[in-house]
Amino acid sequence: MPDAAIFANNMSTSVKHIVTLIKKDLLLEVRQQYTFYGILLYVASTIFIVYLTMGQPEGQVWNSLFWIVQLFVCVNAVAKSFLGDSRGRMLYFYSIAGATDFILSKLVFNIILMLVMSLLSLGVFIVLLDNPLTHFTAFLGISMLGGLGLALVFTFLAAIAAKAQQQAALMAIMGFPVIVPQLLLLSKIAKTAFEPVIQGGIWQMVLVLMGLDLLTVILALILFPFLWKD
Amino acid sequence: MRNYWWKILAYLLLLTVCTEGFLVKVPVLEGRLQQSVRNTFFHVPMWFGMMIFFTVSVVYALLYLYKQKPGYDHYALEFARTGTVFGILGLITGAIWANYQWGSPWSGDPKQNGAAVAILIYLAYFVLRGSINDIDKRHKISAVYNIFAYAMLFPTIWILPRMTESLHPGGMGAEGNPGLNPNDSAPAVTSFMWIGVAGWTLLGVWITTLRIRLQFLIEKKLHG
Repeated sequence: MPDAAIFANNMSTSVKHIVTLIKKDLLLEVRQQYTFYGILLYVASTIFIVYLTMGQPEGQVWNSLFWIVQLFVCVNAVAKSFLGDSRGRMLYFYSIAGATDFILSKLVFNIILMLVMSLLSLGVFIVLLDNPLTHFTAFLGISMLGGLGLALVFTFLAAIAAKAQQQAALMAIMGFPVIVPQLLLLSKIAKTAFEPVIQGGIWQMVLVLMGLDLLTVILALILFPFLWKD
Repeated sequence: MRNYWWKILAYLLLLTVCTEGFLVKVPVLEGRLQQSVRNTFFHVPMWFGMMIFFTVSVVYALLYLYKQKPGYDHYALEFARTGTVFGILGLITGAIWANYQWGSPWSGDPKQNGAAVAILIYLAYFVLRGSINDIDKRHKISAVYNIFAYAMLFPTIWILPRMTESLHPGGMGAEGNPGLNPNDSAPAVTSFMWIGVAGWTLLGVWITTLRIRLQFLIEKKLHG
């Protein structure tokens, strides 16, 4: 077989592995509904607390509260992604799928999860805290982009934390400082969705953000095999 | 002499900065900066030092992952530690200066915030190390986190301040400020700043090598 055909063959098997692993995670999520509903309850009650204590804040406060809630939702939703699998099962995945396929499937699954959560918290925010947005679709896009970036960074950090003791505490200790630059960019980009005119300069920041996301994926692919091997 | 000439050099350079640095004629700028511009010889080298040490630390983390030699982890750890100390000193020297020049020690400048985030990220590195008991695992995982943190942090330190307004020099208004403006500094200030960068960085390397030797001695004592 020529090299290109072998490469194409390898690609198709690895795509098959990734799809199977994502399906497995989705199925687990559907079967063990309490985890999914647990996060939903977390989203709803956090935003409800914000509503009870703040009432309906103006644009800037709304924006910063939205990103803080997103951060906490992400930590809670993604933190458990490496805990469900026992040592023996991890070894099994390693032997049949390989490290890069495994981490890619986790990344994609968590992105899907975070996109759903972002949509949901945006909905609850608008219902409870009113809608100060002037450009709804722009903010929708930014919150999707934010969910994507948060999911990528925290998936990788969860992989690191899974190897240490006190995973939940470590996620917060490692994750909050690391995510600050991204959140800063996101809230700055999101600010334009509250203003009457969308400023031209935001594309530069969106590009930086997407660059960071790409960097996260590349680093996860390169570094995860080192974490995996014991 | 062949091995320790740079320690003598570090001593001489810092002697120059700490004596001649206070005597050399600097522009007074209509009384705005007065003599406080001499902070450039102390504050700016701290940031150069921090960036250099964190970069060296990440290089050793990469080397550790490729060669799996425990020695590289000592290097990565100690360079990260010295980098963090330099970062904290940079924040302090900046805050003392800002108290007189900007009116308050902390004014939420993008550069100040970025530096504080950098230090938090590296403090998390030490916490992470402490939470793993297995030694091989600790070396490997902290190397992975080191690389990840560096890659997340430094683009934002080097790119973001150029996109927002800052009180730091190099001002291009809304176009953003890199933090330094070599084209608008007096030659005396620039040259003493570089002497300071060389001197303080060499001192940092000296401290780090001492600590690395200490680490190796402790390890030797523990494991025979």
